[in-house]
Amino acid sequence: MKEVLDGNEAAATAAKLARVKVVSAYPITPQTTIVEKLAEFIADGELDAEYIKVESEHSALSACIGAAATGVRSFTATSSQGLMLMSEMLFVASGLRLPIVMTNVNRSLSAPLSIWCDQQDSMAVRDSGWVQLYCENNQEILDSTLQAFRVAEELLLPVMVCFDGYILSHTAEPVEIPEQAAVDEFLPVYKFPYPLDPEKPVTMGPLGVPEYYEESRYMLQEAARASKEKLVEVDKEFKRCFGRSYGLIERYHSDDADVILLTMGSLTSSAKEVVDTYRKQGEKVGLVKVRSFRPFPAKELIGALEQAKAVAVFEKDISLGSAGGLFLDVAASFINVKPAPLMLNFICGLAGRDVSPIQIKEAVRAATKAAETGRVRRTVRWLGLRKEVLG
Amino acid sequence: MKVEPIEEELVGPGHRACAGCGCILAMRHALKALGKNVIVSMATGCMEVVTTPYPETAWQVPWIHVAFENTAAVASGIEAALKVLGKKHVKSVAIAGDGGTVDIGLQALSGAIERGHNFLYICYDNEAYMNTGIQRSGATPYKAWTTTTPIGKVKRGEDRPKKDMPAIVAAHGAPYVATASVAYPLDFIKKVKKAAAIEGPTYIHVQAPCTPGWRIEDSKTIEVARLAVLTGSWVLYEIDQGKLNVTFKPPKRRPIGEYLKLQGRFRHLTNEDISEIQRTVDEQCKRFGLE
Repeated sequence: MKEVLDGNEAAATAAKLARVKVVSAYPITPQTTIVEKLAEFIADGELDAEYIKVESEHSALSACIGAAATGVRSFTATSSQGLMLMSEMLFVASGLRLPIVMTNVNRSLSAPLSIWCDQQDSMAVRDSGWVQLYCENNQEILDSTLQAFRVAEELLLPVMVCFDGYILSHTAEPVEIPEQAAVDEFLPVYKFPYPLDPEKPVTMGPLGVPEYYEESRYMLQEAARASKEKLVEVDKEFKRCFGRSYGLIERYHSDDADVILLTMGSLTSSAKEVVDTYRKQGEKVGLVKVRSFRPFPAKELIGALEQAKAVAVFEKDISLGSAGGLFLDVAASFINVKPAPLMLNFICGLAGRDVSPIQIKEAVRAATKAAETGRVRRTVRWLGLRKEVLG
Repeated sequence: MKVEPIEEELVGPGHRACAGCGCILAMRHALKALGKNVIVSMATGCMEVVTTPYPETAWQVPWIHVAFENTAAVASGIEAALKVLGKKHVKSVAIAGDGGTVDIGLQALSGAIERGHNFLYICYDNEAYMNTGIQRSGATPYKAWTTTTPIGKVKRGEDRPKKDMPAIVAAHGAPYVATASVAYPLDFIKKVKKAAAIEGPTYIHVQAPCTPGWRIEDSKTIEVARLAVLTGSWVLYEIDQGKLNVTFKPPKRRPIGEYLKLQGRFRHLTNEDISEIQRTVDEQCKRFGLE
């Protein structure tokens, strides 16, 4: 059945279809309508779940941790400052190997205060041991959220489904909603192997002395690496059940491209349009979209990018004092690969600023010049900077 | 109510608490009162550290440690999950020290009580951040020495009175709030049993001396804890459905100096300081109807 849903409705609908049993909810723009929608589902009897009206995002994730550890499927959603407040709990959730699924509606970080979209928030917690998926459109939000529960529960790793605030969260488009019975078949009943249960007591979250801590981190890293295969496997299974799949990355006219645009999130759709205009002119410009940022698909990206002459990495985040987070990981992937394409990093679209086709073309021109000359003059550039504001 | 603590030890055998630790006694007695059908969520702190250095554990009941400031939120999630699973016979129990309760954990606790979760929260109060090496908390008493309230030429110990945490919880309208002391185990056990049987958020604040932190001999834990009660410095009471009931009235109140002089953390007190503290204790006792 197709319905017109905005991104937040797609996320809430997916959580309902996943039959989550505990929802902990705290409002924050632009995530708020997800927990509103879930409250409505529960109030109307469409979803049978406990709804914990927590007093902060820190407690939102803490309550999910308690519930998941006791043995029920748990869900929460957040954005920006909320994600920062719960960042301590992100590391605990993965360290305890709890399969929590959370939506992060991407929004910029204070200061200055901004409610508008960029990806600085989730990028800042990339090292937390959570799988991070970035969605391009509302269908992908619903589908990725359903996939997230399977991946999380089969690997005992938390999964964060990220999508752009307003651009997707508050923009409606037709979304295919799967039948409940089909979802039930795809996503079995939650079963956590070591629940807190008086019948069989376990101690969870002990003091990790030096003789054991490093191994616990190694095992977590191994699980994070294994999540790559699991994502692919679940994606294939999802295709079998629902006819749609996404992969870790998506290639768009990239196989023979000299210049490749690398994108993550909703910017992908705009950049694809730009690629189309170049292709119509016979220019070899392509695009690769990163859907899974954690685990990072290094091998897949090497395969997709190595034949290009230049790669333009677009991103709505900046590791202050360095470069964009996506760029850093892509560059690191090629550390032992020769020859490697030249790479340029375009910081853009911070705090909801539109990234126009004109700006994307400006980046393509710079990358094309690099491809032709074999040299990059400035590696990290900002698109659409207003010089008059800088003074 | 007749008190019949269970024989079985649910904390232990074995733990790494200091000799004479009052807090581990509180754990032992609490679990004797609660029995096996609990899920314990515990804040970072002394009791967490001394009971679970991996791969050892002292806990014979399901137990989880998440962080310092969110024990009540974790207990909320556990309680919600127990509801979903239909496990009505299992109680969600949160345990935290005074720092994890009156300071950093206050918001999560306030939220969980206000939401009305069916859980018991036990604060073991050793009156400072002992796990990090004796730093003052909001529960440190007036004039006490700690490493962050040193005895210097200008400043001499903690300059603020102890935060009245049970009153703060009671102000939320929690159905049951009580104080307790490790020196009065039957009173404590009775209160834990009563609190656990109530459907809703309940709170017990148990005072538990810390031998290195209070600068007392390992053998004096109970004596010092008892003197806190006998001097009226620590009043044993419960607020049951809003009704205050003092559960132990010292027959003849002992002077506060007897309590203070046993503890190195008060060694610097002058006679004037002791008189000042005595006046505060007298006022407190008057409020509770203790002579």
